[in-house]
Amino acid sequence: MERAHGHRLTLTGIEHHFGATRALEAISLDVAPGEFVALLGPSGCGKTTLLQIIGGFIVPDAGAVQLDGRHVEAVPANRRGVGMVFQSYALFPHLSVFENVAYGLKARGERRERVAAKVAEMLALVQMQHFADRRPAELSGGQQQRVALARALAVEPAVILLDEPFSALDKNLRLDMQIEIKRLLNGYGVTSIMVTHDQEEALSMADRVVVMNHGRIEQIDTPEALYDRPASLFVNQFIGHANLIGGTISSTGDIRLSAGYDLVLSPRQSAAAQPGSRVLVSLRPENLKLVPTATPGALQARLTAVLPLGGTEVIEAELASGETVKIHRSRTAQSDRPRPGAAVGLAITDLSSIGVFPAPPT
Amino acid sequence: MTKSKSGTLRDLLPALPLAALFLVGFVLPLTVLGALSFFQSPEFTELGFDQYRRFADDGLAFSILADTLLIGAEVATLSLCLAYPLGLVYLAAGPRLRTILTFLIMLPLLTSTVVRTFAWIVILGREGIVNSIMQALGIWDQPARLIYTWGGLILALTQIQLPLMALPLINSLIRLDPTLPKAAEGLGASRVRVFFTVILPLTRPGAVAGWLLVFAAASTAFITQSLIGGGRIILMPLYIYQQAVGEQAWPFAAALSLIFTAAVIAVVVAVDRLGKDRTAARTARLKAEAAPAASADAGIAAMVSLKPEQADIGRPNA
Ligand SMILES: Nc1ncnc2c1ncn2[C@@H]1O[C@H](COP(=O)(O)OP(=O)(O)OP(=O)(O)O)[C@@H](O)[C@H]1O
Ligand SMILES: [Mg+2]
Repeated sequence: MERAHGHRLTLTGIEHHFGATRALEAISLDVAPGEFVALLGPSGCGKTTLLQIIGGFIVPDAGAVQLDGRHVEAVPANRRGVGMVFQSYALFPHLSVFENVAYGLKARGERRERVAAKVAEMLALVQMQHFADRRPAELSGGQQQRVALARALAVEPAVILLDEPFSALDKNLRLDMQIEIKRLLNGYGVTSIMVTHDQEEALSMADRVVVMNHGRIEQIDTPEALYDRPASLFVNQFIGHANLIGGTISSTGDIRLSAGYDLVLSPRQSAAAQPGSRVLVSLRPENLKLVPTATPGALQARLTAVLPLGGTEVIEAELASGETVKIHRSRTAQSDRPRPGAAVGLAITDLSSIGVFPAPPT
Repeated sequence: MTKSKSGTLRDLLPALPLAALFLVGFVLPLTVLGALSFFQSPEFTELGFDQYRRFADDGLAFSILADTLLIGAEVATLSLCLAYPLGLVYLAAGPRLRTILTFLIMLPLLTSTVVRTFAWIVILGREGIVNSIMQALGIWDQPARLIYTWGGLILALTQIQLPLMALPLINSLIRLDPTLPKAAEGLGASRVRVFFTVILPLTRPGAVAGWLLVFAAASTAFITQSLIGGGRIILMPLYIYQQAVGEQAWPFAAALSLIFTAAVIAVVVAVDRLGKDRTAARTARLKAEAAPAASADAGIAAMVSLKPEQADIGRPNA
């Protein structure tokens, strides 16, 4: 894969305040050349602020921003060489598609022939070459977005920043554009950072995902690792669905669930907790299966709902402790349809993928 | 879509008082002036075109008209140059400073033109503030003539009419999507370039509206022109007044009034056209490209300047 356009971005100890609000705290992140990183987190966690700091639109209170090892904190946006695709696309409404894409090149004083050639190349890249004379208002949302991307890429930025690039698109178009943009950026090999609060978007597009909460980084990892080995309860709950069941660490280091079940865990999973301390155990919905109640070691539960969702079905069950869990399983035509109210047994498929977190103080 | 006739009439009913006022206060006097201007002499005996012929032959009247339009244009342009920085400061300001700025901008509108004009006489006069300060500082050894000059008049008119420029312009500026200048900067444009390529073109409607308001107000500002000009600068309003009241040449004054009104309206229409032309022409061209058969419609579409989103093009091609 071509990595010619990629540059390394390094953030160290970034901190930023708006008045008394701390928007960002101790943000450190190293993005490899050509890597695609997603910033994921709930609303107000500081994603846009961080993006603006990388882009040079906000000067952080503290911390370093480096491009290929060069400090750029003091370099203003118009000389930093970081491309930005705004959430609203921010296409210039009074300029044609051609002039929009040419804008950055002209600002850099490129010669006319070079501008025309580069714009043609960029428009071909995003397959908008037949729309060069249109105004932004005469394009669909997806087309506008492609123009915005072409405009940002035309100046060959060291890093490209995308702020919630798909939030203005309807659901069907969104998936198409996600695949399209991922393909484009990958093929072009540019270092990319995308902000989103849609976990599916982050997991499906990014090489690595940065999960943020309250202005801090909770975890930086690959999509698979985030799902399989969340570092905190927040990440565990934020990524995918988690069944959380209360329990206590026993003297032998095992976990005694309040639902009446003993889990024997590997040292890695229970190492952090002291005997007697309360914990939350996270069981992913795919990690539970229905078994006959008589199965040895099965958790006893009562079915409360069954929701068929095409190829899979979601089953909700209530444990003896009153906690409810969701179970995902693939549905076959033959599979006997369990009825709500029936007593069932639950078994854990894979003990090693259980997450154990200290219970938050109540 | 078609409404019954009675419905349309009833819809227009609330506009009647204003229409009546317009009729009595504007159309009627203009008609009277029009009628007056066709009398050959102040004795109102014969009808004819002598008054217009006199204007055409009279180089002085023509140069007064030209000066008047020129001062309107100069004041409007100077106001525009001052209002943009003011508007940009307003944009960058927080809510507190914005309230203060709004008040300061509106303030001149709350005082009478006569008061504001006299304030300028106090400032610019022979023994005025500027002269006193400059002499006290030893920069000027004798008082400079500031009042009764073209420059002094432009300065005073600009200050007095500035709110008419600032208000529509600020209105345009705050409607501007703030991410657009940011995007331009992110693409490497300098602040100056961002202003001329993004901010200026996108706030043109406000700028044109403000320019026209100031132009019309400044070129017809009888009180300020007369007091600051002090009889040494004669512009159309004062000239018409002299002809009517001083010379008792009512028919000539009436003809001057109509010519002056027509000239101001002509400039307003021309500048207003200039502000719109490109968009309308473009829309027409696009429509023509999209539907070559309907190119006759495109011309009409351009004339009524269809909004681009109404054009039936630009749907997703997927
Ligand atoms: N210009 C500003 N002035 C004051 N506070 C601000 C400003 N911009 C952001 N904040 C605050 O900083 C915090 C982080 O904001 P930010 O816009 O970065 O969040 P975000 O993660 O992008 O959220 P969202 O997903 O809703 O876009 C929020 O608490 C917000 O209220
Ligand atoms: Mg945001």
